Amino acid sequence: MDISLRINGEECALSVPASRTLLEALRDDMALTGAKNACNQGVCGSCTVLVDGMPVNACLVLAVNVTGRDITTIEGLGEGGELSVVQQAFVDAGAIQCGFCMSGMIVSATAFLAHNPMPSRDEIRTALSGNLCRCSGYVRVFDAVALAAQRLSP
Amino acid sequence: MSDIESAIGKSPPRLEAAEKAAGQALFSGDMVLPGMLHGALLTSPYAHARILSYDASAALAHPGVKAVVTAEDITGGAIGPLVRDEYALARGKTRYIGEPVAAVAAESEAIARLAARLVEVEYEELPAVATIAEAMAEGAPLLHEDFADYFKIYPAPENGGNLMTRGEAVMGRGTDGFDEADIVVEGVYEVGAQYHAYMEPVSVLAAFAPDGRVTVWSSTQSIFRVQANLHEGLGIPMTKIRCVAARVGGGFGGKAEVSGELVAVMLARKAAAPVRLVLSRDEDMTSMRARHPGTLRVKTGAKADGTLVAREVELWFDAGAYADDSPAVLSVSLQYARGPYNIPHVHVLGHAVYTNKLRFGAFRGFGNPQASFAGESQIDELAEKLGIDPIELRIKNAIKAGDRWLGGQTITSSALGDALRAVRAASDWTRPRAAPAGCKRGLGVSAVAHTCAFLSAGAIVRLQGDGTVIVNTGAVDIGQGSDTALSQMCAAALGLDIEQVSFATPDTDSAPYNYGTVASRVTYTVGHAVHEAAMAVRAQLFDHAAAMLECAPERLELRPGGRVGVSGEPARNAEVSFADIAGRSLYAVGGPITGSGSFMTSDPLDPEHTKTSGLLDLGVLSVRSFGAQAVEVEVDEATGAVRVVEAWCAHDAGRAVNPGAIESQIHGAFTQGMGYALTEELLWEDCRLVNPSFMDYKFPGAMEAPERINAIVLETPEVSHPLGVKGVAEQPLVAAAPAINNAVSAATGLRLKRIPLTPERVLNALLAKG
Repeated sequence: MDISLRINGEECALSVPASRTLLEALRDDMALTGAKNACNQGVCGSCTVLVDGMPVNACLVLAVNVTGRDITTIEGLGEGGELSVVQQAFVDAGAIQCGFCMSGMIVSATAFLAHNPMPSRDEIRTALSGNLCRCSGYVRVFDAVALAAQRLSP
Repeated sequence: MSDIESAIGKSPPRLEAAEKAAGQALFSGDMVLPGMLHGALLTSPYAHARILSYDASAALAHPGVKAVVTAEDITGGAIGPLVRDEYALARGKTRYIGEPVAAVAAESEAIARLAARLVEVEYEELPAVATIAEAMAEGAPLLHEDFADYFKIYPAPENGGNLMTRGEAVMGRGTDGFDEADIVVEGVYEVGAQYHAYMEPVSVLAAFAPDGRVTVWSSTQSIFRVQANLHEGLGIPMTKIRCVAARVGGGFGGKAEVSGELVAVMLARKAAAPVRLVLSRDEDMTSMRARHPGTLRVKTGAKADGTLVAREVELWFDAGAYADDSPAVLSVSLQYARGPYNIPHVHVLGHAVYTNKLRFGAFRGFGNPQASFAGESQIDELAEKLGIDPIELRIKNAIKAGDRWLGGQTITSSALGDALRAVRAASDWTRPRAAPAGCKRGLGVSAVAHTCAFLSAGAIVRLQGDGTVIVNTGAVDIGQGSDTALSQMCAAALGLDIEQVSFATPDTDSAPYNYGTVASRVTYTVGHAVHEAAMAVRAQLFDHAAAMLECAPERLELRPGGRVGVSGEPARNAEVSFADIAGRSLYAVGGPITGSGSFMTSDPLDPEHTKTSGLLDLGVLSVRSFGAQAVEVEVDEATGAVRVVEAWCAHDAGRAVNPGAIESQIHGAFTQGMGYALTEELLWEDCRLVNPSFMDYKFPGAMEAPERINAIVLETPEVSHPLGVKGVAEQPLVAAAPAINNAVSAATGLRLKRIPLTPERVLNALLAKG
């Protein structure tokens, strides 16, 4: 099926089978490999991308169902080769270990901070409850989101 | 240590953090080569079956399929680090449900997965054994009829049926020592099977070059173990095998040995095209590895004043269908079963048994979590009976520098007492904890030791033309931060900034041998070699500088940022830059400046001190680091749910190379240990794994993370290391389960002896107690 969508600000036309997930389309057709497949059942959040600004598990979304929509992946968060404020906060807070879950974690955090710019630690915890990490124990992940919120506040 | 070592003790962002934050880090499953095919596995539906025949014709006839491989395509021998009991694909028999039997390479992953199911395998089902008891029963079906003939590097039992290994160690008067005890406690403890749950499933990309060499990029903890397994399992000379680590999405021991690499190489060879094999999560959980489940009978005796006098341990590990690291895990478990205490009379006995389940192997802690859960839970039971505070009891018996470990090795430094005192102070140990209505709270403690020197490692440091250096160790950073820490150690020896050091991608074509990222060994063991290599470069720099500055080398000093100067003469004309020296070496005198380091762990056991049988020789495993944890839990009396409120984790890094990374290791390891204690357990119905998914296998998420994990990094310099460092990657996991169990005891009065402490188990115990 032919679909058109906007990925990281660029219009894209793709021809995909109806069964192709958004995650497969991004990784295999668009060479955007930042989003990861770790559980393939929408539990771990490693494949999180934004669809019209809302975080979704790309492994559970069919590509044909997002035709005409605006997709943002981890690769689209920064500008001009620079990391976004949230990405940089994850680096500076020491939140990143193996990094495999981090694309999804950072995309989720970005969406969360966009509608809750001054979150409490408990709100951060709840917001990231759909993103599993096996390395960090979440301590520095929560620190990173708090740091990003602080840096983004006017 | 001179102040020039400024790169140590700091926490710069890890070298690869920005690329990971950008989503641009390349993991094996992200890599693509021209003409690349995709691999998929066909796995065994039977727990135990004879393979009678294969028919790949339907699979090969499917459009897009390029190759099918089975055991008939194996060109080498059996593999296994300690006993060679398995092949790249099931050969002759299958021994667990999920064991890879055949594999397909096709133009897409979807086609490969579909076609794998078209490979027809005729089986003759055999009776299977699901448990240790079934495996050890009289007349039990044998998994490995030819076990006696297998190549092994440990003394295995003879005529033991499914008994793979039986190890024993006796110190002092062994069990006779209980006659010195005033109080004895005894109990049977059970531990569940924990899955590593590295976020990146097993992934490999294999490609042959026209000259017949194969390059393998994989998610591994050891490029050299992959190379050795490819050599042994497929008969390919090492000269034809190049193994490279891509970024690795976690390992925790699960990728310490080979995983999908042999199958990918077989497919690439047969299809004459690059092949990428990426396991799905359920395939990874069904086909790979987990932590040994088992039972431990533990008995401890003490004098009325709290002096520990005797301990006896009998442990049984379910080892699964193939040995993998099991004999080593058993040996290490027994080494830690005495606990970090000066107990004079000890008898430990352990068994690992083949069953028709996936292989149980290396997992962060390597046998120590099981032994420590049982032993440290029992120390609290003993403390209660003695009427002595559990921290006080531990401090009283804590092992110290100069004391000897089970096996006879001498402890070179110990911060155990300091760690216990640190968590006592930080947790405000004696303050009663208020709990919300319907809940109870309590504090628990545990003490821990774990190793950090293991086998061999090399390092090469080269001076580059601009005065920077590149360090090459072959050590794989699996997320713990070793690329950064080793670079810091190299920078420190040369007075460089970390930006002036590059870290070479682990690649068997260029790296010196390095056993692997296991046993918390990289900082200590590889760090030893890096320091030696950097110091060799430093000596050559000084030789050049002495000639260039016309002074004796003894008068020279390093200056920050890559300069050598005459001490006492700070002027710029009394110094030369590394770049100047590099230019001289490359174009005028002496040739390129390269330093190498080589380290082998050797700390022989003493058979006079500890009598052993059936164990591996663990003289290549040494140097213990110590720690302690205090944990506050809340138990919901209505549901039985246990929640960790706060943890205080004190662990000795010897000297903290990168304090931030050490704290991160403590956070992550404690949380993984919390999962082991509370929720994580692979479950089987007979021989069928019933929860191979992240939906059904529950490890801690953000909601379960403790409110606070207080990482306390102790620094008691290790005398056997030039920089005084120790490794800490595993011990915070080891300590977690017993501390949590002891906290549940403190909160509820229950003495639970089985982990995970699921709500169901806790609630049933609360109801039974009334």
